[in-house]
Order: sequence, then C-alpha cells, then structure tokens
Amino acid sequence: MTTVEPGGRVDVRKTYKLYIGGAFPRSESGRSYPVTAADGSFLANAAQGSRKDARDAVVAARKAFPGWSGATAYNRGQVLYRVAEMLEGRRAQFVAEVAAAEGTGAAESIVDATIDRWVWYAGWADKITAVFGSANPVAGPYFDFSLPEPTGVVAVLAPRSSSLLGLVSVLAPVLAGGSTAVVVAAEHQPLPAITLAEVLATSDLPGGVVNLLTGRVAEIAPWLAAHRDVNALDLTGADDDLATELERAAADNVKRVFRGPRGGTEPDWRADPGTRRLAAFLETKTVWHPLGI
Amino acid sequence: MPTWEYAPAPEARETARLRESYGMFIDGEFVDGDGERMKTVNPADEAVLAEVPVAGPSDVDRAVAAARRAYEQVWAPLPGRERAKYLFRIARAIQERGRELAVLESLDNGKPIKESRDVDVPLAAAHFFYYAGWADKLRHAGLGPDPRPIGVAGQVIPWNFPLLMAAWKLAPALATGNTCVLKPAETTPLTALVLAEICQQAELPPGVVNVLPGAGETGAALVAHPGVDKVAFTGSTEVGKQIQRNLAGTGRRLSLELGGKAANIIFDDAALDQAVEGIVNGIFFNQGHVCCAGSRLLVQESIADTVLDLLRDRLGTLRLGDPLDKNTDIGAINSAAQLARIRELTAAGEAEGAHRWSPPCQLPDRGFWFPPTVFTGVSQAHRIAREEIFGPVLSVLTFRTPAEAVEKANNTPYGLSAGVWTEKGSRILWMAQRLRAGVVWANTFNRFDPASPFGGYKESGFGREGGRHGLAPYLADEAEEAGA
Repeated sequence: MTTVEPGGRVDVRKTYKLYIGGAFPRSESGRSYPVTAADGSFLANAAQGSRKDARDAVVAARKAFPGWSGATAYNRGQVLYRVAEMLEGRRAQFVAEVAAAEGTGAAESIVDATIDRWVWYAGWADKITAVFGSANPVAGPYFDFSLPEPTGVVAVLAPRSSSLLGLVSVLAPVLAGGSTAVVVAAEHQPLPAITLAEVLATSDLPGGVVNLLTGRVAEIAPWLAAHRDVNALDLTGADDDLATELERAAADNVKRVFRGPRGGTEPDWRADPGTRRLAAFLETKTVWHPLGI
Repeated sequence: MPTWEYAPAPEARETARLRESYGMFIDGEFVDGDGERMKTVNPADEAVLAEVPVAGPSDVDRAVAAARRAYEQVWAPLPGRERAKYLFRIARAIQERGRELAVLESLDNGKPIKESRDVDVPLAAAHFFYYAGWADKLRHAGLGPDPRPIGVAGQVIPWNFPLLMAAWKLAPALATGNTCVLKPAETTPLTALVLAEICQQAELPPGVVNVLPGAGETGAALVAHPGVDKVAFTGSTEVGKQIQRNLAGTGRRLSLELGGKAANIIFDDAALDQAVEGIVNGIFFNQGHVCCAGSRLLVQESIADTVLDLLRDRLGTLRLGDPLDKNTDIGAINSAAQLARIRELTAAGEAEGAHRWSPPCQLPDRGFWFPPTVFTGVSQAHRIAREEIFGPVLSVLTFRTPAEAVEKANNTPYGLSAGVWTEKGSRILWMAQRLRAGVVWANTFNRFDPASPFGGYKESGFGREGGRHGLAPYLADEAEEAGA
C-alpha cells in the first residue's frame, strides 16, 4: 500500500465494466471479482458477468448485425483502420496494462504486433469478396456467382494467456468479415480487453458490433454455446473439457465451431495468421440468374 | 384447357440389369458381410427389387481399415494427375452406363425417368468430370500453398438423389486424395453399388472407395468410428445435429447438408408464366423430396389470385404415375415411412385451418403415392409453414412489400435456398443480398451444377459441395496442424 506524499497527487483509478451495445454497464448481477497482476498485486475489481449479461450482449450483437454486415466493405475497412489509429494513440497505456497482466518484459513488442495485426485485418475487409468468392461456369444459360457473407453473431472465448495480441487476433477477423461479436475476455487478465473496448467505443465502430464480457468463462460460455441466436462459436479460450462440452451444446442450432489447438497450448500469436480465422466466420451464397433477351 | 391423352411410353425395365442380390463393396471386392440382409422395394408398386446386405459393426471396421490402408499406401501418395485419370474414367463410365443407372434409379427411388435420365445421372457424371480436373491443380485453388488430404472420409447420404449424392460426396473427396467409406440410404442402395462396380471397372485401387448399405445404425457406426477422420452427412437436420453432438471433442472434421424450408418469392412484376413453371419445378420436382425445395410460396398480395389460378391450371396438366414412363411428371413417394410423414403434416395443415387443394388425380392402387397438394390460407405459425415436409406439398403465403417478403423468407431456422421472381434487376440483387440462404435462384429454381457451390446457412448445415469451395471440406487445415 503506498501512501501519498505531502503535496503529492492521488491517482484517479478506472472502474472496469462490461461493454454491451456501445455502453459500459456493470454486471446486472452486481458481482465483481478481483484481478491481480502477474506478480500477485491487486489491479482492479472487474465485473463478473452473468447469464443475463450474456443474453443482453447477444441481443445487442444481433441488433448491430444488419448495419455492420450491410455497410460497404470499404467503410468497414476504414472503421477498423480507425481502431488501429486509436490503439496507436493509447500505446503507452496498453504497454503498461499488458506488462502488468502478463508479467512480460516484451509488452512493447506485443502491443506493436497487436496494432499491426489490426491493420492487417482492416485491410482485409474489402478483399474478402474477391478472394473467397467466385464466378461459376455452369453448363447452361445462367450467370452464376458465389459470394462470401458474414455468418452472423459470433461468440468468442478470448485466449487465456495472450490478453491483448491474442484477443485482437481472434476478434478482428470476425469483424473484418462483417459478423458481430460477443467476446468473453481472458478470465484472469481482462483489463487490456476492457481498455480495448474503450478504444472500440471511440472509433466509429457502431455500438453492439463488439460486446465484451468479463467474468468466469466456465459460467458464461455455456449460455452462449447454447444460445439459439448465436451463429458461431470460437472456442480458442476454452480448455479441452469445457470446449468439448460447449461444442456439444453448439449442435443444438448447428453453430459453426472453431476450436483452438488441443491440449491447452496457446498458439503462437506472432505467427502469420493466414486466412483460416477469416474463412471460419463466412458463409458462401450462390446466386443464379438466367441469361436471355 | 384441352385434355391430352398420352400413350404409355415406358423405359424398358431390363435396361437396369437388376440382380436378385447385391453385395457390399469393401477393399475392392463385393462381399456379403456379417450382418442380416434387407430387401429394397420399388416404391411405385411395393415389389421387392433385390436383396442387399446390411453392414454391421465388423463390416464398418473392415471398410474403414481398407480405406486407411488405401489412403496411406496408394491414394494419398499418388500424384494428382494420376488420381485425376481414375476420376475421368469413372465419369466416362457413368455416361456409358447412363441409361442403366437412370432406369435403376427410377426403380429403386420412384422418381420419374425423365428426371433420373436428364438430371441425376448426367450431373453425377459431370461431378466426377469436374473434380477430376481439380486433382492436379489443388495448389492453384487458393486454399493454401500445400493442400493435403485429411484421411478417411465417412460419408452418409440420403435417398432423394442416391447416385447424385454419392457423386457429390465421392468426387471432391477422391480428387483431394482422401479415401471413402460411403453409406447409401436404406431405401435406395442400388445405384451406389453399381457405382462401386464402376470403380472396379475403372480399376480404382482397392479400398479407395467402399460402399456399405444399411440403415441408421450402419450410418451411426460409420460416423462414430475412430478410424474416420472426416465425416460428411446429407440428410435431416435432426440427425445432423446428433452427429455434430457426437463428434464434439473428437477433432474430426464435419460438413453437413441438412434440411430446408425455402421461400419462393413472386413479385407482381414477375413473368408469371415462367414463375408458375418455377413454382412447379420448385416444389414438385422429385416429388418435393428435395432439401432445397421451394416449399413456401410467398406471392405478392396483389397478384395472389392470378398466380393461384395459373398454378391450379398448370397442376391439372401434371401426369402422376409409372416412374419409368417418359411422360411422367410426378413419380412415387420413396417409402411408406415418408408417405406417413407427408400425410401427418398435411393433416396438421388442415387441422390448423389452412385450405387444402389437389388437382383431380388418379393414384395407382399399389405403391406409395401422394398427389400434388397446395395449401392456401397458411400462416407463418402453421406447422406446414415451419417444418420440412419433404413431399409434393406447397404452402402459400402472401406479402405486400419487399421488406415483408425478406422478413417472412428469413423467418425460419433453415437457410438452404430461396427463389425470387421479378423483372426488376435491382430488386433481384437487393433481395439476393438480404435472403439468408446458401443458394438464391433468381427467375429460376432448382438448378444444380458441379461448378456451383451448394450448401446452407444456419440450421441447413455448413460446408459447400460443388465448385472450388467444395474442395475445402476435404483438405487438411495446415494452420490447424501448426497449432494456430
């Protein structure tokens, strides 16, 4: 416990809350849980999200879906790029938070990689259709083409140990493809995620496109996995047993399920991400029309 | 309208080269297997066509083991250009034996010969021909720099397009270097077994394709088999969900092509004669045994009466009867069980207050038959507007604005297909963009092509069949293996 020196100044601390529908509410359950730094010292009380919070987040994500998926790809790309600009502006804050959360001396390069990752996905928004779509030479007098479209509402369990780079690596592809997201932050390191939500809230990203929950993953995730208005599930942040349980629940409405590596290993988030995560949350729509005069 | 009499014009049944008994196909040989035998019947007259073995657990074990051996020792190491030539051979042999396959299909399934002859069989051949060409070009498919097969694919297919579904499953799997264990549907095993014979004729290495007839138990044993790396299923949403549930945590790859309840949307400016043909093709093609059938007609209120008058007139000209007759439009319902389901749902339609209509229609005395049926006065809450009937039953609803049409069309857990009929180009594209369905047919319906990706949104499944997209479900994900 540090005491203030005579003539010194007391820090204004931040209240870390949920991010739902563009607002920052506390959990409706009124619960919170202490978050500690890698060295065990107290950092903050984070909101402990509940089933009701998860459902509110899905409602917000569904409501935001027509607008976000219907925006032009160029517009989505610009909004996402704007997020990268805001990240850059808060670089020092993220470095401090990642260092505290992960106890790493590499926080600066992690934040740099995070910003670059976001820029990479921002640039994808208006390339996806050309790369994943096709014109189909059918054997008849028809014009036939296939376009990638966003899957819908995606529930994302953020990686457990990479609190910022990992989070951005799983969230940005969902957004670039035009889907909206309900993210459950890393349970023990949620603070960089909440600060990211503050960046999203000030980056022209429409409210509800990203909704962020903090709390106990094992408590919140089953409600999302079984939710009938969730279209896809990214299980990267779930351990093997939980992931299997959630995968089973996801079958109730044929959710698209993206499973991370088995055995609890964390992927190398600095590696080239490829297009696999982009493709995971895209549908393909084929349109036929006759040719004639 | 004048009534036209048609003289019978049946295809010769002998063309099918029907045998009394068929074997299951394991490791390049036809064998009897360890289990019981079942009879497959002609749904048009309930006569037994042939006896077929039911594959039991030990047969599944043997087939999966054969597929594994073939995968490791022969098929995966074989250069793509060589795999391609086997697929080209199969495509050609399907063409050569096309009439035989068409007649056999109509006998076993009950579909009109003009459909099996003009749609099922040519498309099956085309599918092999199309994917044959991909086998040595996978690196150019935009699916990663070093596309590799997954391993052994367990594939379960339905009874509505028996040969065509077998082609949809086998061709992309083989082109990408996987080996296959295919389970045809309980009521329609015959053409898949002739396809196995074609694989023999093509000298496809033993074990690359295995065909296991049987019912749900055989399918369940196959998809749950630990030696299977990839599961592909086409069938009901209910069974699809069960498979997805059972595969949770196994790491096995899955693609699902499930049910549908497609809206076929007619605007007031549509070319009505063509639209009526599209409505008829949409729901009465293959007796409505089509997952992407246009089973919900959404017609703009101002033209509803006109469209229904035209539709009733047109339905009066459809000929229902002998599937082998070249003039037949509507064949037999595939099975007693399916007929019972159609009857149950149509009874529910009446009980819930919708108005039922069928054209005057003489049903044969024997076999499984159901007349083309149209329900009007249907609300979105009715079971016949929500549940997949999988029969020749059309539910008619109306709408006033394009936005209402979109709202109603998307108001279903399914998302396989949709139809839009309007002469206004911008409206077609506007509608196509908003319909949450994997295939949108604009001013046409029920078109299929091996070059065209097909598959569902939402509870209609995931993964695509056809086109470049159809390769992806059969390629290993490098990133996955690398741990990202």
